[in-house]
Order: sequence, then structure tokens, then C-alpha cells
Amino acid sequence: MTESKEPILRVENICKILGGKKILDSVSFSLQRGELKVLIGPSGAGKSTLLQCINFLIPPDKGQVWLEGTEIRSRRKRDLYAFRQQVGMIFQDFNLFDHLNALENVAIALRKVKKMNRQAARDRAVAELDRVGLGDKLGLFPAELSGGQKQRVSIARALAMDPKIMLLDEPTSALDPELIGEVLSVIRDLARGGMTMILATHQIGFTRTLADEVLFMENGIIIERGLPAELLSPNAGTRSRDFCSRLDELYAEDE
Amino acid sequence: MLNTFSVILEALPYLLKGAVVTSGIVIGAMGIGLVLGVHMAVGQVYGNRAFRWLVNLYVWFFRGVPVLVLLFLFYFGLFTLAGLNLSAFAASILVLGMTTAAYQSQIFRGAILSLPRGQLQAARALGMSDTKAIISIILPQALRFSIPGWSNEYSIILKDSALAFVLGTSEIMARSHFVASRTYQELPLYITAGCLYFILTWLGVRALLKLEAKVRIPGYSH
Repeated sequence: MTESKEPILRVENICKILGGKKILDSVSFSLQRGELKVLIGPSGAGKSTLLQCINFLIPPDKGQVWLEGTEIRSRRKRDLYAFRQQVGMIFQDFNLFDHLNALENVAIALRKVKKMNRQAARDRAVAELDRVGLGDKLGLFPAELSGGQKQRVSIARALAMDPKIMLLDEPTSALDPELIGEVLSVIRDLARGGMTMILATHQIGFTRTLADEVLFMENGIIIERGLPAELLSPNAGTRSRDFCSRLDELYAEDE
Repeated sequence: MLNTFSVILEALPYLLKGAVVTSGIVIGAMGIGLVLGVHMAVGQVYGNRAFRWLVNLYVWFFRGVPVLVLLFLFYFGLFTLAGLNLSAFAASILVLGMTTAAYQSQIFRGAILSLPRGQLQAARALGMSDTKAIISIILPQALRFSIPGWSNEYSIILKDSALAFVLGTSEIMARSHFVASRTYQELPLYITAGCLYFILTWLGVRALLKLEAKVRIPGYSH
């Protein structure tokens, strides 16, 4: 894995107040090329808001975002759209386009945003759907797919844009337990392939084995950060460890 | 009795031409309503405060004033004031079109608001501008969900088109009235007029049902 000194993504002092409540309080971190950072923490901690502030789906009240050393001027529409193309986003509830089949879900942004012609977009979409194991489901519509399949289509849709980084907002939280594995295995392949990612999740086992760094958030602040082995080992004595052991009990997770 | 039938038979080609005029009014008005209504709905959901206020004013005006008053107001008043010299047919289309636009905008607005919000977020996250997202993602779905309400609006505008008679548009009602007053066969002629409206309603609603089935999203139950 090549690791340059300049971070691919740098996020500084992100603040967001919603409804009088401080959701994010000066959050900063940076992401090296090929790195997988995992955001954990109780719900309401601000993980989802943080991810959506990074690509300005929620405009932060304060703070800066740099991609490859360039600060994003989110008020300039052209810059904003160009930036978002380079940042793939995966949502908890998939957000597939309901009126388009799997193939068109992946192809539409290629045609409308990247201005590819119909055939090139189609070929690329087929390749991406193949990659997530859905090569035989091209013609099916979201309502005809299982949750796990929908999430894999949404991953293919993001990958087709050739993103430099991916933001994954609890990609398995809306899935039935038996469908989580197929989505995690796609994410695992991405991590091994060197994709730079930031992942909010409650999947502690997955975090232990694959995360390069764990960020533990609570009340809009990153209160702990470090290697998974340091933060999550049985006698680390950290807030993260405490939180995870309660999750482990809840899900009786086995490695 | 025989006389009645022969009057209707003789008048039928004349009345059917009226049905063509009526269809022209309705298709024109629904078309104007579709184009204006979609823009107003999008503006009402995504537009700025000034635009929303303007659309609101428009909708309240056309919902609050009777169609008959609107026809007179525009044909004998506002169109003339604006220096437009419109035929009764064109004026009927315009006034009914502006009226149905107010109602249609609310059909589309409801459909847009019923869509899960996440799809717009996903489109934005892919780098689409809001305009692109609305055209490629939001409207194709919202328009599908609008077909039942639109079909209802069609049947209402079809019947409102009979009011165009008062401007002298030679549609079904005007022609029936003309023949009835000449032949004194009021009852059979107005029954025939009623039947023509019924048939046009039925044909239109059926066609829209077919369209609804044709563009239905597989596996989707809304």
C-alpha cells in the first residue's frame, strides 16, 4: 500500500447546530490514501451528520474540507458538483432510484453527470454490477431486490463514478442479519483493493479486523481515536471498549 | 318518435364535430396545465420564498374564482386589455388551461412530496445538480404517481369545457343548444350531448388507466 504524506481528505473544525443542539462540535480528522477509518459511537453521536457534512449534503455551519490539498468551495455550485463526483456515498437505507432498474441506477449518473454515451455507460454499469456479484440482476427494479442486493447496487452506483474516497453511513444497519455478510464482503474487497473509506458502523468484528483507525464519537465530538487493537482490546479500559462490549453482548457477536 | 331519431341522426355529424372541438379544448387546456403545473409544483417544493408566494397567489386566485367568471373576465376583459385578439376557441383553451394548472400543480406537488427524500440526497451525492436530479429522478416518479389524480382532473376539465359555450365556441354544448332551439327537440338532443360527454370521459379515463399500467414500476406498490 502506497502512503503519501499528504492526506487525500482533510476535514477541519466541522461544526453543525441543528434545532439549537450542537450536533458536531469542531470535528477534525484526515484520511490517508488507501486508509479505512471507522466511526463508531452511540446513535445520535453525530456520525451520520459528520459524513453528510463532508460532502455538503448537510452544509456545515463552520469548518473546511480539503480534497488532495485543495479546499472545497462549496458555495460554488460547479466546484461542489465536481467534488461530490469524487466522493462516493453509501446510505443506510440505500436510496436507490425506484423507477430505474439495477443497470439504470448505476448508469444514470454516468450519462447525466459524466456525459458518457448510452453504450459506454451501460458497459461500465454492467462491469460494476458484476463486481458486486449482481451481474444476473441487471434488469430488476429496487422493489424486486433484497436489502442486501439493493445496498450492493448502491455500492456499484457509487463505484462507477470512480470516487477517490467513499463515505459509508451505516451500510448494514437497515439489513436483516443474514444479509449483512454479503454487503460486508463487498466492503472488505474494496478495503483490500486499496479504496479510501470512512465507514460509520456498529459492526465491531468487522472494525477489529479491517479498520486502520477507529474514531469514537459521542455528543458531536471525537472522544477517542486509535488503532482498533488499542481501543478495542479487552482490557483497554477505553470508552470505546466499554461501548463495544455492550454491543457484543447485544448481538452476541462471534469472530 | 321517428322524428326524434331522424333529428338526432341528422344532427349527429354536426354534434360530432362539436366533440372534436371539445376534445381540442380539453387536450389544449390539459397540456397547458401540465406544463405550467409541473413548473409551479417544482417551484413550490424547491423554489425560494418569492416564487412560492407567487405560485400560492396564482393557485388561490384560480381556485377561488368560478370558471364561468374567469372565462368572461379574460375573454371580454383582460385579453382585450392586453391587446390580444383571441378567438373564442383559443381563449377557452387558455382560460381552462390556466385554471387546471392551478389544480394540477397541487396534484404534482403532492406526488413530489410523497417521494422518499433520500433519492434526492443520493442524486446530489453523485454530483447531480438539483435541476438534473429533479428532471431525471424526481419527476419521472412524481408524474407516474400523478396519473390517477390527473385522470380525475381530465374528467373535470372535460365537463368544464361545456362552459366555453358562453363565449360562442362551437363545441358540443353550443351545437346541441343550436339544434335544439331550431328543432324544439330539447330532450333528445341534450341526452345526446350528455352521452357524448360521457363517452369522451370514459375514453380518456380508460386511456389514462392504460398509461398508468404501462409505466408502472415493476414490483412497486405505492
